[in-house]
Amino acid sequence: MEAILKVKRFNPEAAKPEPYWQEYRVEVEPHFTVLDALIKIREEKDETLSLRCSCRSAICGSCAMRINGHATLACKTKLSEMARGRPAVTVEPAGNMPTIKDLVADMTPFWSKVMAVEPWLQPRGPEPQGEYLAPADAMQHLVGVMACIMCGACVSDCTVLEIDPNFLGPAALAKAYRFVGDPRDQADAERLQALSRYSGIWDCTRCNECVQACPKGIAPMDRIMALRDRAMDAGFRNNTGSRHTEAFEEIVEHSGRLDELRLAIKTFGMMNVPAMLGLAPVGLRALMRGKMPPIFHKPIPNAQAVQKLFKKVEEAQKGDRK
Amino acid sequence: MKFAFYPGCVSRGGCPELYPSAKAVCQKLGLDLVELTGASCTGAGILQEKNLLLGDTLNARTFAMAEKLGLPIMTICSTCQGVMSQANKRLQDDAQYKAKINGFLAEEGLEYKGNVVIKHLLWIIVEDYGIERLKPLVVQPLTGMKIAPFYGCYIVRPSWALGFDENGGRQTSLERVIEALGAEAVDFSGKTRCCGFPILTINERNSVSMVAKHTIEAKDLGADVMVTPCPLCHLNLDGYQPKAAAMSHREIDLPILHLPQMIALALGVDHKTTGLSRHIVSLKRLVEKVGVRA
Repeated sequence: MEAILKVKRFNPEAAKPEPYWQEYRVEVEPHFTVLDALIKIREEKDETLSLRCSCRSAICGSCAMRINGHATLACKTKLSEMARGRPAVTVEPAGNMPTIKDLVADMTPFWSKVMAVEPWLQPRGPEPQGEYLAPADAMQHLVGVMACIMCGACVSDCTVLEIDPNFLGPAALAKAYRFVGDPRDQADAERLQALSRYSGIWDCTRCNECVQACPKGIAPMDRIMALRDRAMDAGFRNNTGSRHTEAFEEIVEHSGRLDELRLAIKTFGMMNVPAMLGLAPVGLRALMRGKMPPIFHKPIPNAQAVQKLFKKVEEAQKGDRK
Repeated sequence: MKFAFYPGCVSRGGCPELYPSAKAVCQKLGLDLVELTGASCTGAGILQEKNLLLGDTLNARTFAMAEKLGLPIMTICSTCQGVMSQANKRLQDDAQYKAKINGFLAEEGLEYKGNVVIKHLLWIIVEDYGIERLKPLVVQPLTGMKIAPFYGCYIVRPSWALGFDENGGRQTSLERVIEALGAEAVDFSGKTRCCGFPILTINERNSVSMVAKHTIEAKDLGADVMVTPCPLCHLNLDGYQPKAAAMSHREIDLPILHLPQMIALALGVDHKTTGLSRHIVSLKRLVEKVGVRA
């Protein structure tokens, strides 16, 4: 059968180096992956088409690209599934990275961010005679994140990197979690302090794009949320992110539902004059349109039941930790 | 059709126009609602980042209330929908986890067996009510109006928690409702991206940049208005659009409708009920275009 692939091409050596779409029609077998089709195009139709691939088994992480607008591994993606209900399958290089040529993304920014989180074990104290040992059950929660193949699919689709290239991004932050969560690593405080700054864990929008894109089920966003929890536990709370989370929890515990006015005040601090002045135009506009949340907040009926649940869960978790 | 109605916090807080709009639309469609007045906040993903077990416990409590009534839950907020769908999946997939949480709920006489279906009004309209049944109810067709559908995040990702494999039509549900009301759907790349609301208090510049990116893209593709099933997206896309315009040094002027407001407009619900005057970006020009008054 014939498949139609619309490939985003880019040649930096062209007289006018501009990206453009090129359509290819190629005979494919039902079992073909998108990578199989691209290789066939390169071998039989157009030898100038550049792409990166190696293992063809979703292990090496070389062939991450955007297929029908979403990042994934070309070798792990069935062509027939992508073609269903569409006139053509679109293939583009991974996003949020410069393109070297055609489907080959420049991973330099990806690696520089991974390096920025110091992805190596930092033990303290005297060196042991043999290896640094860790109990197996203390490493279990890291099994998932250690399966990362550094393909860059999560970075490609990150909604924050799209508008702020300084954000550390899902891959680097998941890698940071791998070391913060390692019982042999002793640099947690320094790591969590650095990650709590601008462009770190609090800049994630929780949009789930990285969870959706990751071909290995790492769920980088969930690791970022775990880092937030650990950072707050370690006392790095002097930022709007953690104040917002803590205020949210306190308000829901108190009344069972959200009180948006109190949340804003608690997040920024009533005495934070610049923040309050910054909120004033938005608040005034909303007030004039009758779009303000109620000033006198009403708890849900039987809010005490919710308060009791907060206590019960907390006590159970304390018991589990012991 | 009868549903346990979960309105969420924002439809009665920062977006007070959403709650009456949704109720009016349900009345027009003949959907019978039993409001879950005693249910708590879902945690909005914020509570979950600090304590997943606690978040799942609060949601299990809500599910148990609906299960007791023998009704599926109807939401009108993508964030509530997403957070609840994820919690429901964890509870349904792990009997031991569910039993642990039911232990917390026992004192209130509640138990979640794991059978609740949770659906956003958008999905109810396309899957249960039916687009073909909606069409004849339109008294004020939105003909000539170009509407950009903005799904946001929580109602589309992660797809495996939201039943997209079994209900593939969810991917184009907004477009189908827009077209059923007589309007034209504007396709744009930002429709399933993040509105920026979750980082508004943390990094306002990034948050407002997202508002600018999506509203400008839709506007430049000819959209007269944007519609969203998420009140949090609405708060940012509407409330922070003046800042986004100032940041981008250009006019945007793209009104943002809640999904029920758009349907209400076509079904002839009066504008006082739907609170069309409560928007930061005025809808005046838009309603004049379709020949009705705000």
